[in-house]
Amino acid sequence: MTQSVVDDVARRACGSEALLSVSGVDVRLGGRTILDQVGFEVRPGEFTGLIGSNGAGKTTLLRVILGLQRPTRGSVRLTRTGRGRSGIGYVPQKVLLEPDVPLRARDVVGLGMDGHRFGIGLPSRRRRLLVDEMLAAVDASRFANARVGELSGGEQQRILIAHALVSRPDLLLLDEPLANLDLGSAHEVVGLLARIAREQQIAILLSAHEMNPLLPVMDRIVYLAGGRAASGTTEEVITTPVLSRLYGHRVDVIHVHGRVLVVVGDSETAGDSVGDIGREINSDVDVVG
Amino acid sequence: MFSGFMIDTWLAASMVAIVAGVVGFFVVLRGSAFAAHAIPQGAFAGAAGADLIGVNPLLGLGVFAVASALGIGSLSRRGRHDVVAALVLVLLLGLGSLFVSWNTEYGSELFALLFGEVLGVNNSQLPPTMILAAVSLIAIGVLFRPLLLASTVPDVAAARGLSVGRVDLAFLVVVALATTMTLPVVGALLIFSLMIGPPAAARSIVARPLAGIGLSVGISLLTLWISIAAAYHWNLPVGFLVGTLSGVAYGVGRGWTWARRRSRPTTSSGPAPAESGRLRLTDGLRD
Repeated sequence: MTQSVVDDVARRACGSEALLSVSGVDVRLGGRTILDQVGFEVRPGEFTGLIGSNGAGKTTLLRVILGLQRPTRGSVRLTRTGRGRSGIGYVPQKVLLEPDVPLRARDVVGLGMDGHRFGIGLPSRRRRLLVDEMLAAVDASRFANARVGELSGGEQQRILIAHALVSRPDLLLLDEPLANLDLGSAHEVVGLLARIAREQQIAILLSAHEMNPLLPVMDRIVYLAGGRAASGTTEEVITTPVLSRLYGHRVDVIHVHGRVLVVVGDSETAGDSVGDIGREINSDVDVVG
Repeated sequence: MFSGFMIDTWLAASMVAIVAGVVGFFVVLRGSAFAAHAIPQGAFAGAAGADLIGVNPLLGLGVFAVASALGIGSLSRRGRHDVVAALVLVLLLGLGSLFVSWNTEYGSELFALLFGEVLGVNNSQLPPTMILAAVSLIAIGVLFRPLLLASTVPDVAAARGLSVGRVDLAFLVVVALATTMTLPVVGALLIFSLMIGPPAAARSIVARPLAGIGLSVGISLLTLWISIAAAYHWNLPVGFLVGTLSGVAYGVGRGWTWARRRSRPTTSSGPAPAESGRLRLTDGLRD
């Protein structure tokens, strides 16, 4: 019974025109350059990873895309595919609701559909079916009626993904959804998101400081360093010449056992001020568990 | 107990309890208890000032309550208003004491504004109480979904184009209206305990918003009714009774939560125990 809605979405052909185009975005805050000429495109249904270390400007870029931060220069354009779809769904970083919040998981998902509208909102069959469908899509049917604040952080994250999906966005933005998750759980969330992107024809833009868990699913990558971005497929971007140009000094890309390590030299010894990492190896190195 | 003049008391008190139960539900959900404490205290200064210059205290109440709400709402930072609420509270209490000291008449009426005069409600108070009650309830009905969304996931609400700051401001104005309406009946101190105790108990017991509001109103009505009856019979202060019963209601709610969590230690683990270990956070955020 809920299948028809999914089929309807899946039947919709995705064009090759850009869904989101970010061009020449500069953000300066208090004399500091946070983003410097950032430009990239996201096409419908694509999985894009926004990769960068802490302080590289990932959250600022997401805020610019959401319209919460006005860029100093440049533009962001979102082309809606129309027909009852909202623009952007957003899953913020580290939401942990209080255990006493008087909402069930399904109430939070329902608010994703019409929470911005005035009035109490009458229950309807269509509404309930859509909420059930989204809860199933994120494997959360099991705890649909539990108090949302009593769920674990990972379970709450799934509920917030369902909350973002229920408004039928063309683009789903997730801010560091893999932070705080162990490697196994990270792979599980990535698998879930890739499945959602495929089944519901939703483009995903996900920020992370580690790219390895995303390598199997990323169609494209936007690599941020020191406020500047390089974008393309991982094969195009994660190379020694491209990343060296981005960082402004020598960076080595090493492939080990199907993982990619980006070795960033100390920016001071390299005589450049772009890199703010100052460590031998950046956080893409993770322990193989 | 149900004779002529007491009917007005029952009517006014019931309206107060309903408004406190509904508005208080969102006060507790949003963690705005301190602002809900500061606004009635500020309104008291307005009534004292109005009394001094000889205008209707209700007008002074309304103006000061709305002004404190706007002040707290517009000066708050990222939805946090504890510091500005504290400043409004001390500033207006100070102003209130100044007005009272300038007033040469004995301030029994002002004493009633702090502690309420629920047994002495008169006929002329009913129409403004009723109008403000209706306005507060309609406003909460209109703001219902944006309030829920902005209170639980403010970042997401902002990303959806909802102005979280404006929702907050609108809500504080509703708290101010509810304060203006309820303060002459139950007093500045009691309205605060009615807005916190019953809703906090209700949300511990039910997890659905509408059912929670219903239960909150129920507990609030029961608290105020029992308090009035007991105050009438044994000549006890209403303030003592409302405060105690609100505390008892909250205690029962917490006890309920404790018992529920004990009987079902993990709400989320369903029939598939093999899956219950998925997605556990590494830093043990789960309690």
